[in-house]
Parts: sequence; structure tokens; C-alpha cells
Amino acid sequence: MTLVLHRIDDRLIHGQVVVGWGQPLDIRFIVLVDDEVAASEWEQELYRMGVPPEMDVYFLNVARAVDELPRLRADTRQGILLTGDIDTMRRLVDSGGITSVNLGGIHHRTGRSQRLRYVFLNNDEESALREIAALGVSISAQDVPGARPVPLDDILAGVAS
Amino acid sequence: MSDRAPGENAKPVPRAIVAGHGDFASGLVSAVDVITGRGTQLIPVAVPGLCAEDIEKLIRERMTESGVKVIFTDLQAGSCTMAARRILRGADDAVLIAGVNLPTLLDFVFADQMPAIDAARHAAERGRGAISVVGAAGGGGGGGGGGGGVKQA
Repeated sequence: MTLVLHRIDDRLIHGQVVVGWGQPLDIRFIVLVDDEVAASEWEQELYRMGVPPEMDVYFLNVARAVDELPRLRADTRQGILLTGDIDTMRRLVDSGGITSVNLGGIHHRTGRSQRLRYVFLNNDEESALREIAALGVSISAQDVPGARPVPLDDILAGVAS
Repeated sequence: MSDRAPGENAKPVPRAIVAGHGDFASGLVSAVDVITGRGTQLIPVAVPGLCAEDIEKLIRERMTESGVKVIFTDLQAGSCTMAARRILRGADDAVLIAGVNLPTLLDFVFADQMPAIDAARHAAERGRGAISVVGAAGGGGGGGGGGGGVKQA
């Protein structure tokens, strides 16, 4: 098996990831790619406390993730790759090997406008998503497995609600 | 035994925050109030659509406004729990109880003669023991009363 979900979620590790996706997909490891978290032992411990003991968490900065992703994709277990923002995911997409991206949670912040209940974007973020899609990557929003995936085109066209 | 009527000694002053997914907090606090009349000891906090920073900010504001030093959250991996852990970083005078259930809160609201932090620790132990499994050849019983511990099939 391999990385079965590439998710952008500004809450990083939380209930939807660990339980909502983790249990039905039998997720055994999470690759959390975030330069800030990768530089902080305290942040890593915080997130590690949130996962069950049978689930490994690897904390990587972007540069190291680019190097490590081929090895992680060869893992025999199922895993989730997680970033907290679009830019980080775009840098990973640029390194190759990612064919789909899940928008799991990009919440309200000044300058962003609401597209879905759990997706808020500013103009730069919208452009970045279009650029990722132009590379042939399938992008859809889906907070939990039971929800209907909303394609990027519908999100940006404002036809999703 | 006290000769006070039930609920007569209820304290209107908030003593803890309850935070979690969806309507978890308001539902749990509502249940506490229905059972005990002491729901006003608890401040329910919901966090729909908020990013991690705003969740932390909201819980911190509620704590500052009310002066409470106890936070109950629903899930170890939940974003409210993560936020509470950040708030408690370096704080020696506050406590987080993650994985709260109704028996925990029932015990807590009745322990109003104790300092809130001590009451929370005590309640957590009661809540931990208040889950029972009945039927399906698993035998009955187990679990304590846990502040009203009603056994459910």
C-alpha cells in the first residue's frame, strides 16, 4: 500500500484525520509536512499525543519530505500525507508523484472568502489551486469519507455550497 | 445527608469549559442541567468552521472572561484538545480533561465544595470507570456509578 490520501488541513492532526479517515482507511502512519512543526519538538509532541499508539507520525519539513516521499510511498502500510496549507502541498506536487489532493479544512481567516462550510480561500490560494490542477492533479474538497467530494471547478465556480 | 432540596445549592458561577465537535458541548451541558440543575457551572464551547488559531483564541477568551481553570474536551486528537494543550503550556494552575463523558461532568458539578481542579481530577476517575458493557455473553456489570452511572444496554 502507500499514501492513500494527500490532504490539506489547517488543523493538521485532529479528529477527522485520525478517526474520520484513519479508521475506515486503516491508516497506520501520517506524514505531517510542515516546516514550523518539523522545527519544534514541542509541536511534534503535541500532535503525537493525539494519535493512537498503533499509528506512526513522521514530521518532515518540505525539503526533507521531497527526499523521503519515494521511500514513504513504498511503505507496505496505508498512510496519509498532511499539510497545513496550499503552498506546502504545491511544493510537494512540484516534486512529482501526487495525482490527487484532498481539501479537508481551510478555515476562515482575514482576506479569505467562504467557498464551502470548511473551505475559505483568498485570491492567491485560489490561483495556487488552479496551478496545481493544471499539472494534472485531481483536487476535490471532502472533509470526511462519508461526505460528497466537491470538485475544484465546482468550488471555484461557486456552485457548491 | 443534607436537608437541602435538590439543586438548591447549585452554584451559578462557571467552573469549567466543555469544548468539542459539533454540538457535543451544548448537548452534554444540557444533559447535565436536565439531570442536576447545575448546568450553569459549565460553559459549552462549539468551534464550527474555525481554524486552529481561532479555536485556541476562543477557548482562551472564555477562560479569561469566566476565570475558569478547567477544560473538558471530547477527543484526544480533537482540535479543541490540541488548542487546550497549547493554552495549558506552561500553566501550572489549569487542567485539561480529554475524553470527557456525562458521568464525569455529573461528578464534577456535584463536587462544588472542592477546588475546581481537584474536582476535575476526581471526576475524571469516576468517568473513566463509568462505562459498562451489558449482554452479548460479555456478562454484566463492571464500571462504577461514576456520578450517577446509569447502565445502558
